[in-house]
Amino acid sequence: MELFTNQVLAGIATGAIYACMALAVVMIYQAIDHLNFAQGEMAMFSTFISWQLMQWGIAYWWAFLLTLVISFVGGIVIERLLFKPLAKAPVLTNVAGFIALFAVVNSVAGLIWDFTIKQYPTPFGSSPFLGSQLISTHQAGMIGVTLLLLVALYVFFQFTRIGLAMRAAASLPESARLVGINTSWMIALGWGMASAIGAIAGILIAPVVFLEPNMMGGVLIYGFAAAVLGGLTSPLGAVLGGFLVGIFENLAGTYIPGVGNELKLPIALALIITVLVVKPAGLLGRPIVKRV
Amino acid sequence: MSAVEEVVTEAPAVEAVPKRAMTLGLGTSLVVLGALVLAPLFVKNFIIFQMTMLLIYGLAVLALNILTGGSGQFSLGQSAFYAVGAYTSAILMEHAGMNYALTLPIAGLICFAFGFAFGQPALRLSGIYLALATFALAVAMPQLLKLHFVEHWTGGVQGLVVTKPDAPFGLPMGQDMWLYYFTLVITIGIYIASVNLLRSRSGRAFMAIRDNEIAASAMGVDVALYKTLAFGVSAGITGVAGGLGAIAVQFVAPDSYTITLAISLFLGMVVGGVGWLPGSIVGAAFIIFVPNIAESISKGLSGAVFGVLLFIVIFLVPHGARQIAIVAQQVLSKFKK
Amino acid sequence: MTSMLNVKDLRAYYGQVQALHGLSFALNEGSLTTLLGANGAGKTTTLRAICNMVRSTGAIEFEGKPLSGQSTENVVRLGIAHVPQGRGTFTTLTVEENLQLGAITRNDRKNIVSDIERMYDHFPVLKERHTQQAGTLSGGEQQMLAVARALMLRPRLMLLDEPSFGLAPLIVRDLFKILGKINREDKVTILVVEQNAQLALELADQAYVIETGRIVMSGNAKDIATNEDVRKSYLGY
Repeated sequence: MELFTNQVLAGIATGAIYACMALAVVMIYQAIDHLNFAQGEMAMFSTFISWQLMQWGIAYWWAFLLTLVISFVGGIVIERLLFKPLAKAPVLTNVAGFIALFAVVNSVAGLIWDFTIKQYPTPFGSSPFLGSQLISTHQAGMIGVTLLLLVALYVFFQFTRIGLAMRAAASLPESARLVGINTSWMIALGWGMASAIGAIAGILIAPVVFLEPNMMGGVLIYGFAAAVLGGLTSPLGAVLGGFLVGIFENLAGTYIPGVGNELKLPIALALIITVLVVKPAGLLGRPIVKRV
Repeated sequence: MSAVEEVVTEAPAVEAVPKRAMTLGLGTSLVVLGALVLAPLFVKNFIIFQMTMLLIYGLAVLALNILTGGSGQFSLGQSAFYAVGAYTSAILMEHAGMNYALTLPIAGLICFAFGFAFGQPALRLSGIYLALATFALAVAMPQLLKLHFVEHWTGGVQGLVVTKPDAPFGLPMGQDMWLYYFTLVITIGIYIASVNLLRSRSGRAFMAIRDNEIAASAMGVDVALYKTLAFGVSAGITGVAGGLGAIAVQFVAPDSYTITLAISLFLGMVVGGVGWLPGSIVGAAFIIFVPNIAESISKGLSGAVFGVLLFIVIFLVPHGARQIAIVAQQVLSKFKK
Repeated sequence: MTSMLNVKDLRAYYGQVQALHGLSFALNEGSLTTLLGANGAGKTTTLRAICNMVRSTGAIEFEGKPLSGQSTENVVRLGIAHVPQGRGTFTTLTVEENLQLGAITRNDRKNIVSDIERMYDHFPVLKERHTQQAGTLSGGEQQMLAVARALMLRPRLMLLDEPSFGLAPLIVRDLFKILGKINREDKVTILVVEQNAQLALELADQAYVIETGRIVMSGNAKDIATNEDVRKSYLGY
C-alpha cells in the first residue's frame, strides 16, 4: 500500500510537468483547431532566453517575468508572420508548417547555445517536501504553479470580456465577427498566451530534465497525451489529464511486469491512441460533430 | 441538459489532385528511366550508394503519397513501418540465413498486415488526430525495438549487422552497382503498380474518400475497408523500402528509425507535391541532399535550413515539385510555338 | 427622410460565380424594409455583402461613410447588427454570455447591464434560461436570443436573415411583433430578408423583390402586397 501511495505521489509530481505542457497545447488548439507540434520547441527556446537573461545577471523572478513577455510577443509575431497566411490552407500544410517551425527553432537554439546540457536553477529549492523522499520542494512548487495557472486561466476566460471574446472566436468565428470581434487578433492572442504558458512549463521543467535543445521532445508527447486524455477543448481537463498520465505512467512502471522504465513512453502513446479511439472528446472535452 | 454539440464543416485534409496529374507522360518517363539506368556507369561507388538510397527513400515517400495524396489520410509514423520492414529483412537474413531478395516480399507482407491492423483504430481518426496517433507510433517504435524480450532477435540497442549481397550469376559489377540495379527494378515495378492502383477502382475509391468521406460512403464506397487498405498498402511498400534500406546500409539499429525519419518522409512528400507520384523522387532527393549540404556549411544548421526551405515551399510553391513541373511544361510549350 | 444605407450597383461573387448582378437600393432612416425573393435569388448574399462577408464590387454607404474595404468586425462597430441565417448562436456559451457578446464592442458597462435587463423584458423566456447553454434552447428561443444579441450592440441598423426559418407560425408572429416594436420604439432601422412574403409585407413599410441577383420590383409594402401580378409571379401565394 505504501508503495502504491508513493508511486501516486511521484506520479502527481511528474504529472505537473505534463499538465503545464498540456495547458499550452489546449490553448493553441482552442485558438486555431490545430496541435502545435512545435510547442515544445518554443517552450525550450523561451527557457533558453530566461537562462540567458540570468547569465547576464538578471535576478530569477525578473528574468522569469521578462521571458513571459518576450514569449508572449514572440508567439504573436510567429502567428502573424507564419501562420496567419496559412489559416485557410489544408490541414496538411499546417502540419508541415508546424514541423518546419520545430526544425528551425530546435536548430537555431542549438546554434546559439549549443547542444551541451546546462544546469537550470529552481526558486523552490530541491530538498524533500514535508519530509517525503518522493516529492521535492521544486516538484511541490511546480504543482502549485500549475494549479495557480489553471485558476488564473479560468478567471480570465470566465470573467473577463476579452476571455469571453476569445471563447466566442474559438467556438464560432463567423458569428464572433458579426458581434464585432476581431477574430484574427484573438487567434494571435491565443498564440501569445500559449507561448507564455509554454515558457512557464519550460522554466519549471528545466531543473528536472536539464536545459538543452532536445529537452522537450518527450515532454511534449506526454503533454499531448494529457491534453488528449483530458479533452482538447478543456483547460481543466488538460491539467487533470496531466496528473493522470503522470500517475498512470508511474503505476504501470511499477505494477505491470515487463514495463519498467523503458516502456513508459510507449505506454503514454498507447494511451493517446486508446483515448482517441474510445473517447475522442477526452474526459472533459466537447464532442464535435461533422457535417458534409 | 441535452448534449450541446459543435457542428463543423471541415475542409478536406488535402487539396484534390486531378487523377491525370498524378503521373508523368510517357516521353518524360522514358527520359527519366534512361537517366536512372545509365547514371551509375559514370559515377563513383559512394554516389551509387546515395542513388540507391534515393530510390529507397523515393519508394517510402511514394508509399506515403498513396496514403495521403490517394486516400487523404495522414501519417507522421511512416518510420515505424520502415523500421518493421528493415528489421524483418535483417532478422530473416541474419538469424534464418534467408536470401536477401526473398526477405523483401515477406517484409512487405508483414508491414501490410501491421499497417492494416493499425488502420483499424486509425479509422476513427482524421486530420490532426490521425497525425497525432501516427506521430505517437513513430516515437514509440525505437523504444519497442530496444525491448528486453525481443533483444535476442533485434540485437537491442546494438542493432544487427547485415551482409551486403554480391551480384549473382557472376555478373561483372560491384556490390553497390548490383544493389542499385536491383533496387531500381523493384522501384520501377512498385511505381507502375502504384500508378495502376490509383487508376483502378480501388484508387477511385481512395480519392472519393479523400475528397469527401461522407459523400463517398453515401455512394456505396466501403470507407472502412478502403481506408485500412490504403494504410496497409502504404505500410507494405514502406516495409519493402525499409528492407532494401537495411540491405543497402548493412545495418539496422533502433535509433536509425526515429521520428526524424518519419518527419523527413513527410517533408519529402510535401516538397515533391502531395498526390504527384513522380514527385516522390524529387522529395527523396530533397531529404537526402539538403541536410548533407547544410551540415557541410555549418554543424547543426540542417534543421534550420530544412525548416526555412519547407516554409518557402509552403508559401511559394504549395504544390511542391508538381507545381514547378507544370510551370516548366507551360514554358516549354510556349517555346515550341 | 434621409437614406441611411445606400447600395449602388452591388455585384457579388462566390469564386467564379456571380451571385448579384448590379443591385441598387436605399434604406430610409427609421424604416422597416423587407427584401423578398425565392431561394437562390441573392437575398442572403446581399446581407453578407453589406457586412463584407463575400467578395463584392459596387458602392455601399452607411450614413455617408463607404463600407467597402472595411472588415466585417469594423462594419459591425459602425452600428450595423447582422442576425445571420441559422442564427449564429454560440451554442457552447450561456444565454447571458451570448448577450454580453452582443455588446462586446461597447465600453459603457453600466448600460450593458441595464440593456440585458431590457432584453429580458422583451424576451422573458431568455431570463428564465439565462444560465443555460444556448445550444439547449429551442429554435424559436435561439432566434429570440439572436435578435436580442444583435440589439445589445445598440445598432442603428439591423439586418435579419430569414428570422422565420424553421419556426412555428405562432412564434413567427410573436417575433415579428417584437421586431415592429423595436423598430418603432428603439428607432432601429431594420432590413429583413424573408421567404415568408405575406408576413413580411404586413410588417414592413418598404419592400424590394429580387430575382436571380437583380431587383425586379420595389415600392411601398402595401402596394406590393396588393398587386396581384407581383404576388403570383414572384411571391407565390
